[in-house]
Amino acid sequence: MIRTSRRTLLTTGAAFAGASALGFPSIVSAQTDKIKIGHVTPLTGFLGAIGSYAQLGAKLATADINQAGGIMGRPIDLISEDSVNPATAATKAQRMIEQDGAVVLLGEISSASSLTIMQVAERNRKVFFSTGARSDALRGKNCNKYSFHCDIPNTVMVNAVGTALLQKGMVKDKKFFTLTADYIFGHDLLKAAKSFFDANKANLIGDELIATDVTDFSPYLLKIRQANPDVVCCNLAGNQVTNLVKQYAEFGLPYPLVGFNLNTGDAWAAGEGNLSGTWPTVWYHTLDNPASQAFVAAFAKAYGKPPENHAWIDYVSLKLLAQAMNEIKSTDSGALIAYFEKETQFDIMKARKGYFRSWDHQLVQEAYPFTVKPKTEMKDKWDMLVLGNVVPAPGEPLDSIYPNKTQNPCEMKA
Amino acid sequence: MQIGFLLEQVVNGLVLGGYYLLIALGLSLIFSVGGIVNLAHGAFYALGAYLSVEITGHLGFGPAVVLSPIAVALLGILFERFILRRFYTADPILSLLVTFGLALVAEQAIRIIWGSAPLSASIPPAFRGSVVVGDFLFSRYRLLILAVVALVLLGVWLLLHKTSFGRVVRAGIQRPDMVAALGIRLQPYMTAVVMLGVGMAALGGAFFAPITVVHPAMGAEIITVAFVVVVIGGLGSFWGVVIAATLVGVVRGITIHFVPAAGEASIYVLMFVVLMLRPRGLLGERIEKFE
Repeated sequence: MIRTSRRTLLTTGAAFAGASALGFPSIVSAQTDKIKIGHVTPLTGFLGAIGSYAQLGAKLATADINQAGGIMGRPIDLISEDSVNPATAATKAQRMIEQDGAVVLLGEISSASSLTIMQVAERNRKVFFSTGARSDALRGKNCNKYSFHCDIPNTVMVNAVGTALLQKGMVKDKKFFTLTADYIFGHDLLKAAKSFFDANKANLIGDELIATDVTDFSPYLLKIRQANPDVVCCNLAGNQVTNLVKQYAEFGLPYPLVGFNLNTGDAWAAGEGNLSGTWPTVWYHTLDNPASQAFVAAFAKAYGKPPENHAWIDYVSLKLLAQAMNEIKSTDSGALIAYFEKETQFDIMKARKGYFRSWDHQLVQEAYPFTVKPKTEMKDKWDMLVLGNVVPAPGEPLDSIYPNKTQNPCEMKA
Repeated sequence: MQIGFLLEQVVNGLVLGGYYLLIALGLSLIFSVGGIVNLAHGAFYALGAYLSVEITGHLGFGPAVVLSPIAVALLGILFERFILRRFYTADPILSLLVTFGLALVAEQAIRIIWGSAPLSASIPPAFRGSVVVGDFLFSRYRLLILAVVALVLLGVWLLLHKTSFGRVVRAGIQRPDMVAALGIRLQPYMTAVVMLGVGMAALGGAFFAPITVVHPAMGAEIITVAFVVVVIGGLGSFWGVVIAATLVGVVRGITIHFVPAAGEASIYVLMFVVLMLRPRGLLGERIEKFE
């Protein structure tokens, strides 16, 4: 018998430990009369916490659609899996189309994974609804005919928070220090932030690129103190945001902390009294309209907690995909693209309806800045945020906060 | 001023090293005595964090950081008695596989019990904010952690070097055959070492819950760094692990000061350099059974 030296084993043990991030594929049963829809979203890693909400949203939408008669009388079979990382996401997306027979794909939060799935969608000529990825580049230089973008892009998040900061006089001639997630999403967000700073005469005095697996922010907090900025601005993602917010509160630095990206799941995970400042959001469960409140009630009944914004977006996206298929009586990707490119309006549980812009396939919709509610006014532990004024303001064209053709050009090959 | 900034990073790195130490010391002890590469060590760290958040909700922070490690240490008895014990003399690859499997089971179990969304936890108000000493900024809470680590370290050192228990454990690391020849069964000592090891990991989890994301995969996040510390420190050496942990913290801090993007990579470069120069780690002893 070959015996492994224990010392060698220890050195290789660390590599083995890293492998534990691998996910398990779910077991799928094959049934031909169902309409298969492929859903991938991160369930592990730094976006896993919010991704699990996205999966619940997609599952609830499937149940609702099937109860209402499905698509053209056929039930949806949702194949939902952990996307793990960009390479695995693409492999799974390819397998869902090729072997499982998925007619369309949806999901994702990571802009890096979304980019690889977009390429799979284009190659296979299948529609992909990128539900939670926010990089401008996905709508711009990386755009393609088969990919649709449901979440607000980075530029809109910067505009939403920026407008609120301008109103508070926190931009002009102020010194900003930014912390940026070191992957496509963060780089893209920093670019959008920089053009906002330039346009509004703010000074960017420091920026740190931060790896997505960083959990200890103390060395960065020391660097912020040394730089002595007026405002600290967080361009991080997922668990990074929660870690930063917790440790920022721990050190109690005096500079106001704002951010151009936050998901409510990250805010809930931060804990009482840790979050402060002004942030953007695409949707929040206290949004006051009947459709939104009905969804919140149904979600809470099914899962015992309110939906996070990624639960909402995956729910809404799947619902409007089903609605479109029922209306055109087809699951064909070409027909769907033609339908969406007519800029058909959809109820997305907001005051104004949304539509996919024909030239870049962006779901044009309202966004909101928010601040944090004082503890004494919170009804429960989920009730953390105070929504600010909707952007764009009522009366202004809905796409005025989105990048235009010259700012973020998209050329789709036919 | 530049030197002051750098010094601040060094001091901060020392504090951070204390946290790595809580996880790595147990890992090193369990390996040194039992020859088990405990890939499930991170799971006990995660469990410590979850239990402490749960207990904080009922009894407050103070009882939580005491009760949670104790509960996990008791769980360690079962872990040693029913799982590890079968693998001391087996091919080490088996114990590697079984603890790896256990880590996956533990992560999924946490997901089933507490859900996949992170739990929220906060620092008790008394320890919020920072103190400025001279030019240096310290988080009050991390100073508390540092004090706890120092106490634990002192306790473990006294246990290993000033008690008969420690003498048997240290002899067991070097020459288990001689210990057996003297008529001493090592197994009860191994149970105690595992309890101590996983209890320290849980203590780390309990104290870090308020300042990091408490989520099911948090154990997998910490285990890699803990391994790096153990490998750098060298086997069988108490001070090796202590020096390695602080070195890892300091090197990371200094790297982030000069080349921020290389911060996380720096500790692996450090491991590489140390292994090139000293294949047994900084203070690693020659242990016959592992050669």
